[in-house]
This record gives sequence, C-alpha cells and structure tokens, in this order.
Amino acid sequence: MIAYILKRLSIGIATLIVASIVVFSVLEIVPGDPAQLMLGMNATEDALAALREQMGLNQPLVMRYLDWAGGLLRGDFGQSFTYSSPVIDLIAERAAVSLPLAVIALVMSTAIAIPVGLFAASRRGKAGDAVAMGAAQFGVAVPNFWFALILIYVFAVWLRLVPAGGFPGWEAGLWAGVKALLLPAIALALPQAAILARVTRSALLEVLGEDYIRTARAKGMPRRSVLWRHALRNAMIPVLTILGLQFAFLLAGTIIIENVFYLPGLGRLVFQAITQRDLIVVEGVVMLLVASVIIVNVIVDLCYALVDPRLRTR
Amino acid sequence: MTAQDHTAQDGTGAFIRLAFANRSFLAGFVITVLIAAMALLSFVWTPYDVTAIEMGQRMRGLSWVHPFGTDHFGRDILSMIMVGSRNSIAVAIVAVVIGMGLGVPLGCWAAARGGWVDEALMRFNDLVFAFPALLSAIMITAIFGPGALNAIIAIGIFNVPVFARVARAGALSLWPREFILAARAAGKGKTLITLEHILPNIASMLLVQGTIQFALGILAEAGLSYVGLGTQPPMPSWGRMLFDAQTRMMVAPHLALFPGMAIVVTVLGLNLLGDGLRDVLDPKLRRER
Amino acid sequence: MTMWKSVLAATAMALATSTAAMAQRTDLVVGVVLEPPHLDPTAGAAAAIDEIVYANIFEGLTRIGPSGEVQPALAESWEISDDGKVYTFKLREGAKFHDGTDFDAEDVKFTLDRARADDSTNAQKGLFEAIETVEVVDPATVTVTLENPQGSFLYNMGWGDAVIVAPESAETNKEKPVGTGPFKFDNWAKGSSITISKADDYWGEPAHLDKAEFRIIPDAAAAVPALLTGDVQAFPQMPAGDALPQIEADSRFEVVIGATEGETILSTNNKKAPFDQLKVRQAIAHTLDREAIIAGNGSGYGTPIGSHFSPANEAYVDLTDTYPHDIEKAKALLAEAGFEDGIKATLKLPPPAYARDGGQVVAAQLREIGIELEIIPVEWAQWLDQVFKQKDYDLTIVSHTEPNDIGIYARDDYYFQYDNPAFDKVMEELEVTSDQAKRNELYKQAQKIIADDAVNGYLFQLPKIGVWDAKLEGLWENSPIQANDLTKVQWAE
Repeated sequence: MIAYILKRLSIGIATLIVASIVVFSVLEIVPGDPAQLMLGMNATEDALAALREQMGLNQPLVMRYLDWAGGLLRGDFGQSFTYSSPVIDLIAERAAVSLPLAVIALVMSTAIAIPVGLFAASRRGKAGDAVAMGAAQFGVAVPNFWFALILIYVFAVWLRLVPAGGFPGWEAGLWAGVKALLLPAIALALPQAAILARVTRSALLEVLGEDYIRTARAKGMPRRSVLWRHALRNAMIPVLTILGLQFAFLLAGTIIIENVFYLPGLGRLVFQAITQRDLIVVEGVVMLLVASVIIVNVIVDLCYALVDPRLRTR
Repeated sequence: MTAQDHTAQDGTGAFIRLAFANRSFLAGFVITVLIAAMALLSFVWTPYDVTAIEMGQRMRGLSWVHPFGTDHFGRDILSMIMVGSRNSIAVAIVAVVIGMGLGVPLGCWAAARGGWVDEALMRFNDLVFAFPALLSAIMITAIFGPGALNAIIAIGIFNVPVFARVARAGALSLWPREFILAARAAGKGKTLITLEHILPNIASMLLVQGTIQFALGILAEAGLSYVGLGTQPPMPSWGRMLFDAQTRMMVAPHLALFPGMAIVVTVLGLNLLGDGLRDVLDPKLRRER
Repeated sequence: MTMWKSVLAATAMALATSTAAMAQRTDLVVGVVLEPPHLDPTAGAAAAIDEIVYANIFEGLTRIGPSGEVQPALAESWEISDDGKVYTFKLREGAKFHDGTDFDAEDVKFTLDRARADDSTNAQKGLFEAIETVEVVDPATVTVTLENPQGSFLYNMGWGDAVIVAPESAETNKEKPVGTGPFKFDNWAKGSSITISKADDYWGEPAHLDKAEFRIIPDAAAAVPALLTGDVQAFPQMPAGDALPQIEADSRFEVVIGATEGETILSTNNKKAPFDQLKVRQAIAHTLDREAIIAGNGSGYGTPIGSHFSPANEAYVDLTDTYPHDIEKAKALLAEAGFEDGIKATLKLPPPAYARDGGQVVAAQLREIGIELEIIPVEWAQWLDQVFKQKDYDLTIVSHTEPNDIGIYARDDYYFQYDNPAFDKVMEELEVTSDQAKRNELYKQAQKIIADDAVNGYLFQLPKIGVWDAKLEGLWENSPIQANDLTKVQWAE
C-alpha cells in the first residue's frame, strides 16, 4: 500500500515538473517584446534596453527557468511585468472571485444533478425519465457562454434583478458579491449539471443491476429505500470522481464566463496577461491550475485504492 | 465489444435495422444529415453573399427578405449561419481525424507492447489531461496567432489522449481472448493481429467516441471563436457571431439567438447520434432493453 | 412582469431623489474602459495611466487644458531667453506632495534628470531630448537650458510623462502614486476599481469632489446597464456601441461627442510593393468611403479626415476631397499601375473595435476594385513587434493618439517607411519656429504634402463619446491629451 502511494505521488511530482518545463518553454516562444509593449510606440531604443535589463529579460533561458521554478517552490511566483506587484498577490486577489464562483457553481450543479439523476433512475423507461434525460441531453449541448448571454438578457437587461456584469468586491458586502456571482454560477453550473445527472443515472442503474440489490429487493425491501440506502451510496464513487474532475474543469471554465460577465477573476487575469505578454503571470496561473488538476487526480487515485484494493496492483 | 470475433461486414443489414429502430439514433441521424446538407448547400448557394457589407441594412429584424435578420454590417444572418456551419464542421472533423490518427495507433501500440511503452503513454496522457483544454487552446492560439488552423491543432491535440485511452482499453480487453490467442498460436505477428482482429472489434467504440469528440469540437471551436481566437472574419463563424451580438443585446437580441441555436441543434444531433450508436452497438445495454 | 418593473423603478426613483435632496453630492463613480498596468505616468505608455492620474494626482511644470492650450501648473510663470534656449521657471510655493514632503526646485531637477538618464524607462524619452542642463537657482526657481530652440518645449512639459515626482516616492509610484495634485491616491482593487480622494492643503483651488472612483468596465454589454442603473455616473469615453441612441433619448444623461487626438488611419507600408507605387495608394484613397467606415467602426461616430491632423487644431485644413470616393477612377489608376488583375495583400488589425470592425468595412470596400485583403487579427504585442518594429506588413489600421504628431512622417525608419525630403524640410523649419502664425502655416503645408502623397489611407478622427449624468458639470468635452481631469467636476445644486 505504502509502495503504491509513493509510486503515485512520485508520478504526480514528475508530471508537475514536466508540466512546468512545458509551460515555461511554450511561453518563451510567444512572439512580442513585453518592454516595447509597456513603453509604446514612441519609446527610444535605450529606454527599452534599460527596461529589459530591469525586468531580467536579458538572462539566459535556463537560468530564468531555474529562478522561476525555485521561486515556485518557495511560494514566490515572481513579479508581474505590467502590474509591478507580486504574482502571488494578483493570484490571491483574483482567486477570491474565481474560487467562490467555482464553488457556488459546483454546489449548484450537484444540487440539481443528483436529484434529477435519482428521479430519472427511479422512473427508468417511464415518461419522467425521458423528460429528465431529454433536458439533460439539451443541457449538454448548450454552450455555457451562450446560456450566459441569455441569462444576462433576461435577468439583467429585461428584469434588472441583478447586475449584467462586473464585481463590486467583497468589501461591498457578502450579498452584493454573491449577487454578482449568481448569474455566472448558473451559466457554469447548468451544462455541468446535465453531465452529472446523466452520470448519476447510469451509475445508479449499474448498481441497481447488481446481485445484492436484487437480493434486497427479493427480500421485500421497498424499491425506494433500496434506491436510497444501498444504490445511491455505492453509486456515489463514480459521481464523486466526476465531481472532483469537474472542479478543475470549472476553474478553467471560468475563463470564458469571466470574460462574458467582466469578473476580475483568474480567467480574466490570464487572458489580459496573455495579450499584454505578462508571461510570468500566465506561467503562474497555468501552473496553479495544472497543479490543482494533478493533485486532484492523485487524491482520487488514492481514494480508489483505499476503496478497492484490487486497483493497487494495477 | 462483442463476444465473438466479427469483422465489419458481418451483420451490416441487421445493424441498420436495429439502428433505425432506435429513436435516439434516428433523431440524431436526421439532424446531422440536415446540418451536413446545409453546409454542403452553402458551397453552391446562399441567399446572400456573406462578405458583402451593406451599412444601410444593418441590424434589421426578421423579415421575408432576411428570415433571420441582418447583423451590424447588414449581412444576412441566415447566410452567415449556413457558411458558419461548414466552418464548425470542418474544424471539428479535422480535430477528430488528428485525434484518431495519432491516438488510435498509440493506444493499440501501448496495448500490444505493454511494459515501458504502455507506461510512457499513460504518463503522457496524465500530462495532457492535467492541462485544462480550454486554457491550453487559448495559449496555443495566443502563440501561433488566432485562426481556424490553429484552433484545429489546439482542439486536435486534446483529442489524441482521449482516443489513445479508448483504443488502449478496448485492445487490452481483447488480447486475452481466445480468438486472439488462437491467432497468436497460428504465428501471426502483433501488428497483423492488431490490424486484422483488434481494430475491427474496437471500431464501434471509436465511432461512438468520435461522435462525442465531434460534438465537443464544435463547442470548443465556438468557444474559441467567441473569445476571438478561432475562425477569423470575414469568414463567418457561430462563436464569432455570438461575440458580435453580445454588445448589441440591448438593441438587437435576435443577433444572439440564431447562432446559439445553430450550435445547440448541431451538438444535440451529434450527441443523440452517439448515444443511439452506443445503444445499438453495446450488446449489454441491448439485452436489458 | 411590467408591474414588477414599475414597482422597482418607483423605488429606485424614490431612493435617488431622497439622497439628492439631502445635500450636494461630493462623490463620483467614473467608468473607464482599460485598467492601467500601474500608476506611474513617467514609466509607461499606457493611456489608461494618464486617464487616472493626470491633473488629478500628478502635475507637471505646465499642463494641457481642455482645449489643448498650455497652462501654468507647478510653474507659476516662466521667462524665455531671446535665443529661445533658456527657460527660467518660477515655481509655486507652498505646494506639497501627498506624503507631506515639500515640493521645490530639487524635485524638478530630479524629475527631468531621471527622465533623460541612461537607465530611464520613460516611454516618451524623446520629449526631454532637447534638454542640455537643468539648474536649481533657488528653491523656487529652475532654469532649463536647451541644446537648440524647441517650439514645443512648454507643451512637452505638460505631457503626463513629464509630471513632477519626488525622489522619496519615485520608485513606489507604480503601486502607490504620490503627487502634488488636488486628489490623493486611496486604493486600487485590481481588476475592478481605483479610488482617489480630495487632498488636504492643496496649493491651488481645492477639488469639489471628496471622493472619486474609477471603475473598470471594458465593454458595452456591462457599461450600458451600469450607466442606466446609476452605478456609474460618468463615462468620459463610453463603449456604448449601438446602444448610444437609446441613451441619448434618455433625459437623465448627457451625451457629448467630442474630439480626440486619435487620427485613425489605414497605415500603408510605403516601401513594400505594390504599395510603393503612388498610383496604387491613390487608388486606395479613391476607394475608401469614410462615411461607411465610420458607420461600421463600432461607435458610429467620428470626423472624416484627409490627412494626419486633428480637426480640433487651429492649423487644420480639410483635405478629405483630395481623392474623392470614385471607384472607376480607382480602377483606372490600378490598371495604369499594371494591376488590372487585382492585388492580394494582408491587413493586420490590432484589438480595438475601430480596427477590427472598421477593418472589415475597409476590406469589403477594397475588394470592389480588386484588392483582396486577408485579415490577420493581432494582439498589441504582436502589432508592435511585427508591424511597428519589423515593418512586416502591407496594411494595418491604427489610431495615432499622441497629440500633434505629424512629425512622425519625417522620422527615419518609421513604420510607414515614408521618405520625402520636401516634408522633412518643413518639419526642420517647424522645429526652429516659435511664431504661432508661421507654425500654423508650416503645419498646413505638411498636411497637404502627405495627403497628396496618399502616404496612408486617412479615415477618421477617433471620437470621444462622453456620457454622464445631466447634473454633472466640469467634465472635458474633447480630449486634447489623455486625461480625465476631475479637478473642476461638481454636481449641480
């Protein structure tokens, strides 16, 4: 068991290192000179040279990678070229929008998907199942940014119940902040809920087909309590896996949604940083997202191993 | 995955009968054919020239002359949706072809060889999956410049591990089977067995995965074009049309309606087709039905 | 549903009137499109920096007023020697930086020496090139000696890049700007807003507002609702897009279409075939239909221009009829140049709507005479690198927002790759002329030369679409320099 954990962890770390090299080198070949971008069209050649020196752009590539990677380990993500403040501060500020957004969306999608999946599974083959799964089929096909536009039109432009975009900051009060995140969270959550509802239904049906459930039914246990007591608990394993993966996906999915709603989150930060050639910010955020995916995967794998010892020998 | 070794031509007639009895498949098939027909038609005929700018006709509502109205340059939205369809389809198909072309050989190779090849492939998969697809696509297009070609590459790369995984899983489950063992005993090489026995048997799984990735590719292309990194004007694209519509929601909400519906219908059709195919091809589900 | 809406509207009205009745308002939320990368105007080219700090937080020796005129600022008055080389500035006494330190002649010397030093990262280092020495005479007097007379020196000292900074705070101005202006910096919530408030003991007339917030709202989809709901009370430059007529019809708001210094042009690579041929460039000029391009530029507003000069400037001449819209003539010219079969070329478009949207109209127009343009969208970083630096382009659309910048046509190796000794001579003469009437005459000649040569396709002057609450007073109508000057802004009684 310990050997397995160690192996899984070391693979995770190796993946992280390779990923950091990929991220760093990919961004190094991005065309465009950050110094020229900051100083604009009238900049003189020596002003540009002075700025490049100041930003450390003149050092050799390998040195810069080692500097950067070493900094990451110490929690130092470097200094943003354009914002001239530490990258980690920028990330922390923006995560204060993206993280709550992803969490709210995750809670919403779970709160919608599990009951719908349960309902559909319990009505398998009946009209209710068909309607629920038809709706889910539709939900999977809707691009979240289009759904976001429709939400904006209905709730912000037409009914004027919530702001159409922007974020007042948490200092404006909890409710004001949550209110600004409501529409984006719905836009993110619904397509995810559709996927999750389908997974829940099929996982439940799979479990319901297994022998011990049939036995329980044969012993005269009502269908409803079989569903609740046995099936749901066992079906939660695949559902939780998807949930874990979806969280990382949601964090990345906020990129487009944040641009639709003009939320100052991580996605907008990356987007702006890419166009302004603020490479160190892009590298920091991408590494953070990549690391979170890898860590979630490792945790999920370890959980599997705990639940199902057969997998350890894989 | 069927119990016996069967080659593609076996039971084609039975398959067609079964498939068209499946409502999901039928609906998906009809929608997909209609969209494809629209895309093909756009090569020879559209109601208007999609590159002709007519400032006097901008943002007209629905009418007999312009059934879906006109956009902010006075271009006919119906024509743009028609031309946009071939663009979406082309990007998604080529991305699937890239994914299959690289992923399937990789997956089969890993399953046949096992050992370090298999391990290396799995680690490569882990690595690619660790990058949020959308973020990486944005990075790729930011480096090489926005455009349909780079969108295809960005989407295609993320299809590779998906197909590699499906092919590997399918192949691994086949290798211990008796008919494969028999073939090996007869002295056939691994490559030949893969071509003759493994591939035909995993083809149905790959086909189902193909339709799913096709649908995802359409969504991804729309997303990239929406943020301005996919297909570029004057070539119309659904995602780009939604971007242009967004700032004009106040005055002309219909601009956002039709491109969005086009995406939903296409993706829905492909997903239904994929679901139907799976039902028809997966004997376990078929038995329970 | 309608009932709901009217109830909501009524409550909103009630709230609005009750607050207004209490006292004169002294707070303001201003919407801006772009977030500045940092807040030090002496270390970056971004207009977004000046749009927050110019005149509000930082002041220079001189400043540019609402109509583009030079006004005294930290220099109370000045004298110019007869040879035009020595400027003696008499400084304000009693001016203080927001951190409490006094402003004096040493700060002026520090600022000007820092801007022209070898390791300077000033984006407009050229403004200071003529300076030979800066000497402190006494704490309230500075003399600046120029290498040769420069007609625009006082104007140059009014740029945001020439504001006076203190040695104590110069290094930290990017994050926490410390100036001498009537407002001091409060807070910057990255990605959403920047807040400033009235400074204590300002040397001049104090600001009317106690507090102002610049809220970053990049797009019409968010800007219009923010204005309509009253969250934001002023957009000096509003990305209203096609929603503008709706706002104009609303009596709560005032819409002011002003002028900027942004000449929006179809920049042409004058050394790259076939655009090195005058006839090809003339054919393009005959084809461009400015009205249609303006209608499609994302805002629908803009003043047509026929040369590289702001219509707001007194030396402006209208040259839009140099090459009137005439497709047949254009085709004939193209044929004469040997291109009756058409031309294939690229059009690189930077991100702003005037380029990305306007570019599609330009491409559609040029297609009429057989010039097929492949549209290549580029980010600013790529534009600066490929177009501006490497001159790897055929055509591009860009707005030149620096004030009074016709001199770029005389620069060696500027990205238009234009070279005309006659034009250079006019510019040289201008450089040593300080008589305003003579300068205007020279400016007129210069405009004419580049219009005749059809160096670039001259499209329109970028408009300043100001939208604000009808009760607000004192915001600038035009934008002769990048600034959102709030020093005179107040709410009407």
